Amino acid sequence: MRIERRQNQPKALLIVAPMLAVLAALSLAGILIALAGVPVLAAYKSLFVGAFGSKFAITETLTRATPLIVTGLAAAVAFRARIWNIGAEGQFYMGALLATVFGFQNFLGLPSFALIPALFLAGALAGMVMLVIPLGLRLRFGVDEVVTTLLLNFVVLLFVSMMLDGPMKDPLAFGWPQSVPIVDEGLLPKIIERTRLHLGLIIAIAAAVLIYVINAFTVFGLEAKAAGFNPAAAKFAGVPFQMTLIKVACLSGGLAGLAGAIEVMGVKGQLSNDLSASFGYTGIVVAMLASLNPIGVIFAAIFTAMMFVGAESMSRSFGIPSFIADVVVSLSLLTMLVAIFFSNYRIRK
Amino acid sequence: MTDIFDILFTVGLWSSVLRIATPLIFGTLGALLCERAGVLNLGIEGIMTFGAMIGWLAVFQGADLWVGLLVAALAGALFGLLHAGLTVTLGLSQHVTGLGITLFASSFSYYIFRIAIPAQNTPPTVEPFQPLDIPVLSDLPFVGPALFSQTAPTYLAIGIAIFLAYFLARTPMGLAVRITGENPHAAEAQGVDPIRVRYGAVMAGSALMAVGGAFLTLSAFNSFFPTMMQGRGWICIALVVFSTWKPGRAILGALLFALFDAYQLRLQNVLGQVVPYQIFLMMPYLLSILALVIMSRSARVPQALMQPYRKGER
Repeated sequence: MRIERRQNQPKALLIVAPMLAVLAALSLAGILIALAGVPVLAAYKSLFVGAFGSKFAITETLTRATPLIVTGLAAAVAFRARIWNIGAEGQFYMGALLATVFGFQNFLGLPSFALIPALFLAGALAGMVMLVIPLGLRLRFGVDEVVTTLLLNFVVLLFVSMMLDGPMKDPLAFGWPQSVPIVDEGLLPKIIERTRLHLGLIIAIAAAVLIYVINAFTVFGLEAKAAGFNPAAAKFAGVPFQMTLIKVACLSGGLAGLAGAIEVMGVKGQLSNDLSASFGYTGIVVAMLASLNPIGVIFAAIFTAMMFVGAESMSRSFGIPSFIADVVVSLSLLTMLVAIFFSNYRIRK
Repeated sequence: MTDIFDILFTVGLWSSVLRIATPLIFGTLGALLCERAGVLNLGIEGIMTFGAMIGWLAVFQGADLWVGLLVAALAGALFGLLHAGLTVTLGLSQHVTGLGITLFASSFSYYIFRIAIPAQNTPPTVEPFQPLDIPVLSDLPFVGPALFSQTAPTYLAIGIAIFLAYFLARTPMGLAVRITGENPHAAEAQGVDPIRVRYGAVMAGSALMAVGGAFLTLSAFNSFFPTMMQGRGWICIALVVFSTWKPGRAILGALLFALFDAYQLRLQNVLGQVVPYQIFLMMPYLLSILALVIMSRSARVPQALMQPYRKGER
């Protein structure tokens, strides 16, 4: 038996592979649910109903998917150029922090349509800086950005906690670690009244389409792919290697920062320690499930959001720890890696 | 101001240095062994978490403390098998696979823990390892209580580091690990099976990582709680670079790091009123990044690190 690279990948695998991966992850997690003494199919049914069973449930799932689309794009963009940005969690928080800093008072008296983009920009810039620094360390000193971006996540979380204890503290929060709220003009309007679903979803989808266009139709998109695929060949072909990577880092970090700004402006209205439910790390899974395809990211994000939202109601009805959602999502990353392998290689007798 | 320096001369500081360093020594040695064979194992954070959970759970269910460590080691080896299967046999990206294993192992730990121990206000505890006084040496003034009154796993960690240094430098198997990490094709030509070596190194390394995690719940503390790993695994990955892939220096790095950590903990008591405590807590991570920057250029990276090996394919 030996492993052989496929000459051409069947296009259908782009859709079939993630489906098989998810199915495998759900089956494996099913064993764990059964171990807890709970009927597996009934548990999964309640998960699905919890995520899509009512209009309200659907809006909750889409609200949860919104930051995941954007952090998923952040990972997809970076991974495509082989920049291993594992720091989206920190970039997310820095984005949210900066958006809050500029949004808690409307200094210039801007109307919504001007203030919102300004806060987005602030968030994106914060995220950019947080990724350009580790990339700079890689290009200058050869430091693996995986470790530095991971370590920076912890630094940023502590920094946020420090700001929430200190200068950004909400005096009306009775010691609860949250910031002063963002002014009303800086909050994202709701798409559907009396739900949490906000404009961020549309922005996230637009961002996905934009990244698709950049990837497929611009010189930069091609250069980024080349830089990731084969750095030596890319340099030989005249791709400005370092500059391309820096641009990619700006895009990826910017997206992660934007995700933070969107979340704080769309859902909570103020910064807190629990703003992100691991959106940065989950974005990596989303990107891989989508095979780094920007449009696929939208669907992968909705799937993972479904797991998290549905697991809460499954947990309520069956008493299964809601950590099961994290188990399924992380397992689907591993099964997806295997699926990607089999769409690139085949086994010959 | 004198307080700041006085701390350095307290026994409490120095005895906590070895305690803080122990999980880092285990983790760093584990990651080092994997990397020496050419495999980056970013599963470390999750494997340490799982080791902490499963070792604690075994002891909580009535097993002996040493059995607890053994259970953790076996579980770690199984995660190592998974990592090796994906990165060595299939040749998948070591970065993404390792991260996937971390995410999976951590969430799996929390899930099992929650099923075994329903949520309650005070987490249940076990009777942890007790300090073991080394005869004569522990009676020395200052040095005795600081260095020779640790729990047994701490001595084990140092013993393993010495063994690993000898193993890598002086034994044929150690040589096989090193060649595989430098050039698997050359290893193959010498009759060494790189695939096997990598499997062995990754499984053994992962077992060490899990034992490091279990030290936290069975010696340093006596209970398990989610998110207790606090990035220790990532710090170990940084320490491997700092140690330039040498076990002896890994101890040194872990000790330096632990000294700093123990010092900042005590500094918090002195300066806590003036400086936010978060600044102190950030220091270990920033220090790790700094160590990476300083050491990266001089470091002797195993040449085949992160390169998958397939027979007859370059």
